[in-house]
Amino acid sequence: MADFQTVEVKTDLLICGGGMAATGAAVEAAYWAKQHGLKVTLVDKAAMDRSGAVAMGLSAINQYVGLKDGQNTIQDYVEYVRNDLMGVTREDLVANIARHVDATVHLFEKWGLPIWKDAKGGYVHEGRWQLMINGESYKVLVAEAAKNALGMENIIERVFITEPLLDDDKIAGAVGFSVRENKFYVFKAKAVLVSMGGAVHVFKPRSVGEGLGRSWYPPFNSGASAYFTLRAGCEMTCQEVRFIPVRFKDAYGPVGAWFLLFKSRATNGLGEDYMKTNADELKKWSSYGGVKPVPANLRNWLMMIDVMKGKGPVYMRTEEAIKKISEAEQDPKVRAKKLKELESEAWEDFLDMTVSQALLWAATNTSPEEKPSEIAACEPYFIGSHSGASGAWISGPADIQNDASKKDYFWGYPCMATVPGVFCAGDASGASSHKFSSGSFTEGRIAAKAALRYILDHKEEPQVDEAEVAKLKERILRPLDLFTQHKNASTDANINPHYLRPKQAMFRLQKIMDEYAGGVGTQFTTSRELLLKGLELIGMLKTDFEKLGAEDHHELLRAWEMVHRTWQAESHIRSILFREETRWPGYYFRADKPAIDEANWKVFVNARWNPETGDWEMSKKPIHQIFGTKSEGHH
Amino acid sequence: MPSFVNPEKCDGCKALDKTACQYICPNDLMVLDKGKMKAFNQEPEMCWECYSCVKICPTQAIEIRGYADFVPMGATVSPMRSTDSIMWTVKFRNGTLKRFKFPIRTTPEGKAVPDGGFPVAGDIKDELLFTEPASIGTSFFSLKQEGGRHSV
Ligand SMILES: Cc1cc2nc3c(=O)[nH]c(=O)nc-3n(C[C@H](O)[C@H](O)[C@H](O)COP(=O)(O)OP(=O)(O)OC[C@H]3O[C@@H](n4cnc5c(N)ncnc54)[C@H](O)[C@@H]3O)c2cc1C
Ligand code: SF4
Ligand code: SF4
Repeated sequence: MADFQTVEVKTDLLICGGGMAATGAAVEAAYWAKQHGLKVTLVDKAAMDRSGAVAMGLSAINQYVGLKDGQNTIQDYVEYVRNDLMGVTREDLVANIARHVDATVHLFEKWGLPIWKDAKGGYVHEGRWQLMINGESYKVLVAEAAKNALGMENIIERVFITEPLLDDDKIAGAVGFSVRENKFYVFKAKAVLVSMGGAVHVFKPRSVGEGLGRSWYPPFNSGASAYFTLRAGCEMTCQEVRFIPVRFKDAYGPVGAWFLLFKSRATNGLGEDYMKTNADELKKWSSYGGVKPVPANLRNWLMMIDVMKGKGPVYMRTEEAIKKISEAEQDPKVRAKKLKELESEAWEDFLDMTVSQALLWAATNTSPEEKPSEIAACEPYFIGSHSGASGAWISGPADIQNDASKKDYFWGYPCMATVPGVFCAGDASGASSHKFSSGSFTEGRIAAKAALRYILDHKEEPQVDEAEVAKLKERILRPLDLFTQHKNASTDANINPHYLRPKQAMFRLQKIMDEYAGGVGTQFTTSRELLLKGLELIGMLKTDFEKLGAEDHHELLRAWEMVHRTWQAESHIRSILFREETRWPGYYFRADKPAIDEANWKVFVNARWNPETGDWEMSKKPIHQIFGTKSEGHH
Repeated sequence: MPSFVNPEKCDGCKALDKTACQYICPNDLMVLDKGKMKAFNQEPEMCWECYSCVKICPTQAIEIRGYADFVPMGATVSPMRSTDSIMWTVKFRNGTLKRFKFPIRTTPEGKAVPDGGFPVAGDIKDELLFTEPASIGTSFFSLKQEGGRHSV
């Protein structure tokens, strides 16, 4: 076996990941842990300053409720999320984050995040819930606060968390390996906070060569949260609710500022506004077609209808929007100044969070004030914190429940999954979408406090079966061994009958998902028969993972990323298959069940892999409405 | 638009125990060729073009060249990041130059105080986070039960 030293780390709370949720968890945990004499350790596969989805920065904070100025209520936010997810949302979880999120944003501002201010000193809103920021260093700032709170001695970077460790039916820690040194890590902990982001590269991306890495969602989030919670035996929810954003075509620059701040229209190649010409289609989707704003998946769907009719390309009419705003200024001098400002704002929007898009504009000689730019639906991603909803099924808070919901949604500790001691936040927790960067950080805080309370209530040391750990070590390092053992069986290390290299495993998974589970290649359309065939092929891929080969630490990382992605893929297929309706057209369309079915399917679809039997258990869970519905016309 | 390294400028971070680009890349792409003492991107097709390596390189040796499969040639976008702002130079394929400068933080580097100066308090058993209620700016929301339905 590859010669890796085993390093044991004992702690009370183990935070897995170093992104928005994890840094929030670190800041909050440090305070309570100090008061109660507990130890907290954070492990990130990368460097916290630039790890995760916010590595590049962001140009907006997408969740701010504005409670202190009476701008909105918690119920307003719940209704917004409920409608956008076509009725499928955990209102207790959404409300819990919403009531804390402003407090988090105010902290960000104190730490030094530049939030745009208007003439009266109020925050500049991009939309109702979104604040404009100069966010190039957003991640650097939250990482700095987390480091200052926890101390670098409690933070381990460049260790890839691979598998959970269990003590009977409760969590006991995790194992992982260093991507830099020959070290195998065994973390023993009383509670584990899972915050390792969502998943990309499960589906085939649109790019065909060098541009593979230019997915909207960052290629370094590879399904670790879903894998970890599944393998620990946690119940998962909304694993069918993938997210497909519409973005500027090819470089995937953000559209939020254009639609919300600049009030731009999008039109098809013939200049028609598909939101108007296809408006009748909205009536097919129960009451959700009639709400404002129109749910994200339905907006995608109206656009796709035109694309499928051959009415593309679809354009963001940037030139029109800028003209309209600047022409509102009568004075030519003021107008010229306004134009300059708009130009700078438009470029900053990309430079702060999707530099590639700025480069694509420059490379195609595009000035937004002169010509429109194409937009398109990206490929499917798993990001429960954004407009998707996949993740673990977690307990809500005690005080945001009604009698009915309390039975189904509350089991003692907010953010705890169905396996004792496993806590989840950000992309790792499901059915509470639209938390974004600020809400994920906030949920990390909530989860960390709850986890420490759990630890105080459950002081016994976790028992770890050392034979099990030895087996895991052998299994995790096996790709290195297989490669060394067999590399000389062929004159080309890439073409070898004894092992599968992770890059090819990635292409194989992507091909299966694209063709059978409704990827770009089939316009997001699938059916029972296609899904069943896809499952059969995933089964063989999983068996072949026993033969993954890796040349070095980097490839070992890639090998385990592929295993993680494939479990996300399988639970996705099983969940789409179980839900016999189409509820989110624009995200996916089940050709054999082409309509929404409120009578039978206004429920959560939950999935659990049983670690004892290896079987998948699918179930329906009720949706409880905790908050009311405001009268029409409020929005 | 994967990153690439200009061999004239890269000094291998003077053989310190880890190079800056290798330290920062969120996708573990940058490595040092120890023979040549030059860095390179080991898997360009997995590059997110996040510019983290470009911004951190002490010798400005790293640039981004647009993904060849869909970006026409000839344009560049280059940052200069200081302690409080970032300056971007955008060069179009047709030669047009644009320059933009944006703030990146309002506090001195390293000085983010976890509690933000808000009074801290609380009990681990309640629902309030450690900077609350002060940092909310208003009273804390909870639901009161009224006949099965909740009012806000
Ligand atoms: C392109 C894009 C644009 C966005 N724009 C906005 C916006 O404008 N405004 C907004 O508010 N939100 C925005 N979001 C959403 C926001 O970025 C996410 O909601 C948020 O980052 C989720 O937090 P997280 O902690 O769950 O995941 P992340 O922040 O992605 O963190 C995941 C962490 O887990 C680590 N990790 C992964 N696997 C492992 C492993 N196996 N072992 C150890 N560590 C691991 C990663 O290194 C990383 O540190 C955007 C997201 C994307 C992708
Ligand atoms: S950070 Fe710059 S100088 Fe240092 S190794 Fe990388 S490319 Fe070379
Ligand atoms: S641009 Fe980002 S992803 Fe690409 S090599 Fe540099 S740090 Fe890594």
